[in-house]
Amino acid sequence: MRALAQQLVLGLLIGGLYGLAAAGLSLIFGVLKVLNVAHGELIVLGGYGAFWLFTLYGLDPFVALVLVVPASLLLGIGLYATLFGFVVRADEETRIKNSLLIGFGLALALQALAVRLWTADERSIPTPYGGAALSISDLSLPVIRLLSLGIAFGLILGVQLLLEHWRWGKAIRATAEDWQAALLAGIDVRRAYLLAFAIGTALAGATGVLVTIGYSVSPSIGLEWTLKALIVVVLAGLGSMIGTFVGGLLLGVAEAASAAAFGGPYREVVGLVLFVVVLIVRPRGLFGR
Amino acid sequence: MLEVHDLHVSYGDIRALSGVTLAVGRGEIVALVGPNGAGKSTLLKCIAGLLRPRAGAIRWQDESLVGVAGHLIVERGLALVPEGRRLFAGMSVQENLELGAFAARARGAQSANLERVYALFPVLSERRRIAVRALSGGQQQMVAVGRALMSRPALLMLDEPSLGLAPRLVASILDALVEINRAGVAVLLVEQNVQAALTLAHRGYVLESGRILGAGPGPEILRDPHVRQAYLGPLAVAPDAS
Repeated sequence: MRALAQQLVLGLLIGGLYGLAAAGLSLIFGVLKVLNVAHGELIVLGGYGAFWLFTLYGLDPFVALVLVVPASLLLGIGLYATLFGFVVRADEETRIKNSLLIGFGLALALQALAVRLWTADERSIPTPYGGAALSISDLSLPVIRLLSLGIAFGLILGVQLLLEHWRWGKAIRATAEDWQAALLAGIDVRRAYLLAFAIGTALAGATGVLVTIGYSVSPSIGLEWTLKALIVVVLAGLGSMIGTFVGGLLLGVAEAASAAAFGGPYREVVGLVLFVVVLIVRPRGLFGR
Repeated sequence: MLEVHDLHVSYGDIRALSGVTLAVGRGEIVALVGPNGAGKSTLLKCIAGLLRPRAGAIRWQDESLVGVAGHLIVERGLALVPEGRRLFAGMSVQENLELGAFAARARGAQSANLERVYALFPVLSERRRIAVRALSGGQQQMVAVGRALMSRPALLMLDEPSLGLAPRLVASILDALVEINRAGVAVLLVEQNVQAALTLAHRGYVLESGRILGAGPGPEILRDPHVRQAYLGPLAVAPDAS
């Protein structure tokens, strides 16, 4: 019983990161109608960013967030300007196809780049407080993962508030709903696209840092994270950042439960089963608008 | 103020407009009538920057609008109330209206404009916090008109604002247009309600199969036998005969 509870709690903790990974993908997909399958590779880049800052300058990885997130934002602007900005000129059905091609190409290129820069080894960041754990009754909660969960929620809440109250946040939501109507309201929809893409990429960078702090990073984990994010996007539906976060927590707990029930190898299966079931039963997702 | 000259538009191989010429003067109400598929919406979308013409000119205050991005056309003082309203359904009445003031030309005057729209449509003022998807069709149309007015347009274009509305609501929307026009805003109105549109318009155009087939003062077009036959039905009684 105690072991099960412990596993579920650990599932919840990684679920927060699934939610954060999915939030970025969801924002980009919801607004641009573009599926960036290189999202996982952008997470990997963020992770290596923190790894480098720690190894080269001894910078604490939580502090590294302050540098990696803006750097990812700029990377997002660059990627939009050079690659994805051309995709959104097509009509919405063509966008998905074209974005898949670009995304897969980008993913391969970034993977090769990561192997070249950091080798194929798994990297993690050893911090002095890395082993600390909080004990609540019988459960042991790793402090860094708890902190990561809190940061993930804070970032998602921040983006949600931006979308609700910032002038351009409202413009992004309007563009997501109906880009032609947004254009007629005087909104520069290209800029709304750019902002959404940049914010989504910044969230990917933050996810990468937190993944590397709590777990590890290697050039090959990108696809896995893209898949997790995609499952959560389908599970939660588009249109609510908080809903996406809750979807991530659900996936994390479901994975832990199925690993406990059927054994470790079944951890990955439950996500794919959820994916199919949600698509059949409730295609717009649990919290989708 | 607005001059459209010899405009040609195609969707692939299908020609939607073949040499349309039309003008809207300062402070005018101009009605554009014609059957479904005549190209009325296409013309408005071209002016608003949602579509690019194949050939021809669109000039606004002596500057070309062809190739100008849609949001910059709003910035120059043209606003379109699109067919089917196209509101942001998940947002409140007030959020929809405020988004209408996104253009730099309107931002400073946002709260004053908001009060003007609420004065024009008092029912919206009572429902400002409600999501627009919960409103009736007529109220949604008021939000659509209000959202366009929030950009402080010099020319307001409307695509079938009466579509699907009860006659009493149609009358109140059209009354609002007259009131808007009295405040100095020119109006280009596409309507299926031919009688009502041509009655309130200063001038009208008849568009059929992508060509202008008639133009003139509203009452004059209404007396035209072809127009009566085609749009008002064979039983329509000529005003002179009554």
